[in-house]
Amino acid sequence: MGKLSRNVYMISGGVTKFTKSSPDMDFRLRVKKAFDYAMNDANLELKDIDGSVASYFSDHFQRQLMSGVMVQDYLGLTPKPSRRVEGGGATGGLSFQAGVEEIASGRMDTCAVYGFESMSHVNTWKGNEFIALASDTNFDYPVGGFYTGYYAMMAARYLHEFGATVEQLAQVSVKNHNNALSNPYAQSPMNLTIQDVRNSPMVSYPLTRLDVCAMSDGAAVAILADEKKAFELCDNPVLVKGIGSGTDTMRLSDRPFGKVPLLPHEKESDYKNLKYPGVHSFRAGRTAAAEAYRNAGITNPLEEIDVVELHDAYTSSEIQTYEDLGLCKYGEGANFVSEGKADLKGKVPVNPSGGLLACGHPVGATGIMQAVFVFWQLQRSIKKHFGNDKLQISNPKRGLLHSHAGTGTYVTVSIMEAVK
Amino acid sequence: MTIDYNAKMPEKQDVTEVYNVDPLIVKSHYEIDYIHSYAQDSEFFRAIGKKKLMGSKCKKCSYTYATPRSHCMMCGAETEWYELPNEGRIHTFTTCYFGGEAFLKETPFNLVMVEFEGVDSLFMSRLIGAELEDIKIGMKVKAKFKRNLEFSPTDVYFVPVEEK
Repeated sequence: MGKLSRNVYMISGGVTKFTKSSPDMDFRLRVKKAFDYAMNDANLELKDIDGSVASYFSDHFQRQLMSGVMVQDYLGLTPKPSRRVEGGGATGGLSFQAGVEEIASGRMDTCAVYGFESMSHVNTWKGNEFIALASDTNFDYPVGGFYTGYYAMMAARYLHEFGATVEQLAQVSVKNHNNALSNPYAQSPMNLTIQDVRNSPMVSYPLTRLDVCAMSDGAAVAILADEKKAFELCDNPVLVKGIGSGTDTMRLSDRPFGKVPLLPHEKESDYKNLKYPGVHSFRAGRTAAAEAYRNAGITNPLEEIDVVELHDAYTSSEIQTYEDLGLCKYGEGANFVSEGKADLKGKVPVNPSGGLLACGHPVGATGIMQAVFVFWQLQRSIKKHFGNDKLQISNPKRGLLHSHAGTGTYVTVSIMEAVK
Repeated sequence: MTIDYNAKMPEKQDVTEVYNVDPLIVKSHYEIDYIHSYAQDSEFFRAIGKKKLMGSKCKKCSYTYATPRSHCMMCGAETEWYELPNEGRIHTFTTCYFGGEAFLKETPFNLVMVEFEGVDSLFMSRLIGAELEDIKIGMKVKAKFKRNLEFSPTDVYFVPVEEK
């Protein structure tokens, strides 16, 4: 497996404010708002766009097949090429990478990746049922039927395996909800304490309501281009330096107990007694990171990455993901957050936007939202888009976005780099 | 052929439930019965009727699965059915206080991943007979089987085993 065959840049982005329910707009209009924001920000016209990738997860929420082409139609992009990409929670990350591949392959010189989900068409518990259909419907869905239940089991094992505490999980929630106070796009900015998180209703032990992200209506758009077009159309494009993705077994039960696939800065002796991934870690996340780092030439992620937007659908999965990404060793993720290393002013700010926990998680839009926020960070244009610069990381060079599906079933990692 | 210039669509008196008028939000109903085949995994569900929990064992590399899977993920070879031990230990667990809509009425319920001696992978199931504060990782549990089968993986469940 090699590198991208030509340079790909992100040249613009747009996001709608994520909300629990916005029935005043349907998915087409929501994407149109994010799309127009992105088009206007870079002074683009429809003729500048060669084609698109549509990112949305479930056909159940709207009971409408081919929603993608309805968006294509509404945006005025027909008859240009487009396709839908789907992979559960990682739909946004996979779609972003599909857009990157459209450019890298030379097929398109510009590509709009648009993501959306309108989850308010059903009530929360029906929505949870729909999401649970993304577990094996012969063996897992009938037993649990609840994603938070699956993640709670992984979290319980993680706590047991590495001696972490529920208060450390809660710190992720405190950090991310607090960051979102300065993000006007976020669904649930909150000033919380660890006690608030632990005192909120228990959903699945050890995860409380505030350890879990919410369902949302939302849309996000990323516009990508090749090097020539990027500098022609945009005065501050951001390079997509490397992409990677990985997979794991659909059933949590089938995860093996083997060896850790090492990143360049790790040694086999670091993990002598660790049986991996079991149900405490995400092998797909590690696989995705390893590929992305190899392509981006990153050998020590903690020193070489300045900002991370990762898939914190659960507080526990943010901690598990620090380790998959090699920001710390396996087993050190809980201390990584409690020592403040992932804070806005920490060693590497993780989810400065507020992440899924505070921004919301309209599934198909989520991974694209992460791309837009990392893009704005690297453009150093947060102030322009957020109306304040409290979340702007000072002079970031490299950003990482991480999108995650199922119980860690599809995971993508993409690295972006400032060029200006 | 006769053209009817006064043709009129028959009126219906079904009621559309309206939640809101601006924007207009109405109730839209959907349900479906599937003709669902368990295909190559059928034996797992039939064996439960004989109080047997069946996993899979690779004919080539001998990797053992606590779940049905007719081909091995390690080497790609065919597997054969393999009877799992009746007792195992809790690898991890949770208690769900909420759930998908279909399961809300069953809350709170316990989920466990069970590990079996000599078996390479885990099995997910419900645990009854213990509450959250009683459940511990490493606790010994045994499989029990429903008498009236629903041909669902919930036909088997686990209960704690007293350890002396």
